[in-house]
Amino acid sequence: MSTFEIKKSGTVYDAIIVGSGAGGGMAGYVLAHAGLKVLMLEAGAYFDPAKDAQQLKFPYESPRRGASTVRPFGDFDAAYGGWELDGEPYTTENGTQFDWFRARMLGGRTNHWGRISLRMGPNDFKSHHIDGLTDDWPITYDEVKPFYDKLDRLIGIYGTVENLENEPDGIYLPPPKPRLNELFIKKGAEKAGVTVIPGRGSVLTEALPGNKDRGACFFCGQCGRSCKVYGDFSASSCLVIPAVKTGNLKVLTNAMVREVLTDADGLATGVSYVDREDLQEYQVRGKMVILGASAGESARLLLNSVSTRHPNGLANSSGVVGKYIHDSTGASLGGFLPQLMDRKRYNEDGVGSVHIYTPWWLDNKKLNFPRGYHIEYGGGMHMPSYGFGMGMHKLNGLMPDRDGNKREAGGFGASLKDDYRRFYGTQVGMAGRGTAIARADNYCEIDKEVVDKYGIPVLKFNYKWTDAEVQQAKHMQETFQEIMHGMGAIITSKIPGPETNYGLEAPGRIIHEVGTVRMGDDPKKSALNKWSQAHDCRNLFVVDAAPFVQQGDKNATWTILALSMRTSEYILEQRKKLNV
Amino acid sequence: MKRRESLKAIGLTALSTGLLLDSCKSDTSQTAKAPTTPATDTDNSGRQQFEIERNKELHADTFFTKHEMATITVLGDIIIPKDEKSGSASDAGVPAFIEFIVKDIPSHQVPMRGGLRWLDVQCSNRYNHPFVECSQQQQMEMVTAIAYPLKAKPEMKPGVTFFNRMRDLTATGFFTSKIGIADIGYAGNSPNRWTGVPEDVLKQYGMENVKV
Repeated sequence: MSTFEIKKSGTVYDAIIVGSGAGGGMAGYVLAHAGLKVLMLEAGAYFDPAKDAQQLKFPYESPRRGASTVRPFGDFDAAYGGWELDGEPYTTENGTQFDWFRARMLGGRTNHWGRISLRMGPNDFKSHHIDGLTDDWPITYDEVKPFYDKLDRLIGIYGTVENLENEPDGIYLPPPKPRLNELFIKKGAEKAGVTVIPGRGSVLTEALPGNKDRGACFFCGQCGRSCKVYGDFSASSCLVIPAVKTGNLKVLTNAMVREVLTDADGLATGVSYVDREDLQEYQVRGKMVILGASAGESARLLLNSVSTRHPNGLANSSGVVGKYIHDSTGASLGGFLPQLMDRKRYNEDGVGSVHIYTPWWLDNKKLNFPRGYHIEYGGGMHMPSYGFGMGMHKLNGLMPDRDGNKREAGGFGASLKDDYRRFYGTQVGMAGRGTAIARADNYCEIDKEVVDKYGIPVLKFNYKWTDAEVQQAKHMQETFQEIMHGMGAIITSKIPGPETNYGLEAPGRIIHEVGTVRMGDDPKKSALNKWSQAHDCRNLFVVDAAPFVQQGDKNATWTILALSMRTSEYILEQRKKLNV
Repeated sequence: MKRRESLKAIGLTALSTGLLLDSCKSDTSQTAKAPTTPATDTDNSGRQQFEIERNKELHADTFFTKHEMATITVLGDIIIPKDEKSGSASDAGVPAFIEFIVKDIPSHQVPMRGGLRWLDVQCSNRYNHPFVECSQQQQMEMVTAIAYPLKAKPEMKPGVTFFNRMRDLTATGFFTSKIGIADIGYAGNSPNRWTGVPEDVLKQYGMENVKV
C-alpha cells in the first residue's frame, strides 16, 4: 500500500498568506482585522518574543559566551536560520556570488533586524530622471506617504523632523539621546562635512499611544534578540500574534510551501506545502493567495508554479520574475578613540537600533558613481561577548602606558589585564549602506539540477557588482577615514583597497535583497501592477520586498510594511467591488 | 599527569582553582574528564532542539588531555593573574571555557594542540621539562619570548602565533565571566531609562554643547 498521499483540506479561506515576516504579517494583520478568514503558512517554527527571546541574558549564560557558532549573529540573536540551512541549498552561477540569509520562524527576519526604519523618498520612487540608470516605480512617494503615516502610528517609530529633500520625515516618538562616542562622531563628521542626525528606529522610546499590548523600551540595547515586552517591532509580536487574537487568522508553522495552485482559468486556488515535521504533503484552498515569503522565496515559488496557463511560472509571462534582484551595498571601518581610554563606567546600552545616522548628503553629479549611501555608527560600553578583548596585541602597543611610557604590543599579566579595562568602550565603527542599481542581468532562477530535501527545485543566483557599486564603496572608505580623523580616532581596521573592492560586502550580505517580482504599469516589463497584484493572475499578490522596482539607500522594511498595508487595503476595496 | 605533579604545577604558579584538581581526579583515562562548565545554559526556552542537543554533545565530549588542560590553566593565569581588583583566569573558569570553545569552534583545535606541543618541546629543549613542570622563572622566560609579537625572535613565530590565540581566548573567557564583567565595569543589561551621557562626563570631554 502506498503511504504517499496528498492531504487536501475542504476549507476555502478568504486569503492564504505565505510567510509571516513584515509583508505577510502586515497583510495578515489588516485582513484579519477586517474580518477575512485568513490562513498563514510559515516555513519555520512558532516564535513569540515574550517567551522565546534570549533577552537580558549575560554572556556566561551561553557556553560559547555568545559566539556565532550556531546562530549567525551570536548565540542570543533571535534568528532561527542563517546563511546555510541544512537540506535546503541554493546555488550560484560560476564566477558570481550571492549569500542568502533565511530566517525560518514566525515573524521571519523581523525578529532580529536592526529596527532602522527609513522611508524611501520621492527620488527613490522616481529615480530615472537622476541619471537614466534605473526604472521608475509606477507609484510616487505621495501615494505611499499616507501608509507610511499610518504605519508610524500603528507600530511606533522614533526620529526627528529634519525637512531633508529625499529623507521624508515621519510621525515620531522621541529619539534616544546620543552616546558619548556618538558625540565625538557628530563633531568629527561636522569637520568632514558629513551630516549626522538622530536615528530612526521602530523602538518604543515611549509608550505607544492607544496600544496596551506592547510595553515601552527599557533600554537594554538588545533589539537583535527580539523584545519580551514587545518594545520594538517584530512581525511576530506586533502583527501576527495580535491578528491571531482576532480569531480570523490561523497560522500553520513548519509549512514549507511548494507551489501556488491554479485552475483552468489561470487563477490561484491555493497552495501545496510539505509539513516539515510530519513530512506529509498538504493542499489548502483560498480565494486569493498572497506571497510574503521574501524576495528570494516568493520568486522561487512563482517560478516553481508552472501550469498550462502559466508555462514560464506563475505571473511570469513577462519573464522578469527573478530578475532585477538587488541588495544594498555595504562596507565598514573600525577604530578607537584614544581620548576615551579609562572612561567612567555607566549604563549606556540605549536602544538596539541606531541612535544617530548619516543620511545621504552629497550630489552625485560631482561624483564618479551614481546614487548614495547612508552611514550607521556603532561603539560604546556594550555587554562583553565572545570576541571581547581579542586582538589586544594589535591595540595596546599603539598607546603609552599609564605612566606615559611606550608600551610593547602584546604581553601578559597585570599590565595586560589593565589594558582591557583601559580600552573598554573606546571602540567606534561605521558602516555604509548604499543604493545598488537594479539590473536585469543580476537575477535568480530555478536551478534545474538541484532540489532541496523536500524535492523543491532550488534557486540559483547570478549576481555581480559593477563599477558603480565598487566606486561607491571606495567613497565610503574615504568618508569613514575623514570622519575618523576628524574625531581624533585611530583606525584599527586594515583599510581595504581595490583588491577587495574597498571592502564592499558580497551581494546578499546586507540582507536587503529586493526586486525579484517587480511592479510596473507595463505587463511586458513587470510581473505586478502598482498594487502588487499579478498582471497575469488577479487573485495573486506579492507583499514582501519582491515588488520593489529600485531600492534607495533606505533599509527596506518600513517600505515593505507600508506597501503591504496599501495592498491589503486595496484587496479589501476590490472585495467590496467583487473583483477578487 | 599524577595528582602530585599537577599539585606541583599549581604550587609553582600559585593557582587558586578547584578546576584543575577536578580534572585530574581520574588517572586511568588518556584524556581528562570534561571540566565542569561554569555556564548555566540550562534555560532552554526559545532554543531549537538541535541547539540543545549540540550543547549536550559538546559538554559530554572531551578534547584536551589532562596535561594540556594543566598547561592551559597555568598559561591562562599568567595571562590574567589575580590582582587587587579581581581573580585570575582560572578563578573565572577560563580553562573550562577554552575546553568548550575549541569543541564548538573546531578551527581552534589544531593551533591550540599544536601550540601547546610546540611550547612543551621548546621547554624540554631549554629546560629539560615540559612547560608546567618548569620553574616559575623558566615559565616566565619562555612566555616572555613569545608574548611580544613585534619583539620576538623569528624562530619564536609559532609560539607568538599560539600565544596570541591563547591570550585572546583567555581574555574573552575571562571578561565574559561574572568575575570579568564585574571587573570591566559593564553596567548595563538591566531595565533603565537612558537619558543621555551624564553631565559630569559631558563636561569632562567638553561635549556639553554638541547637539545631534
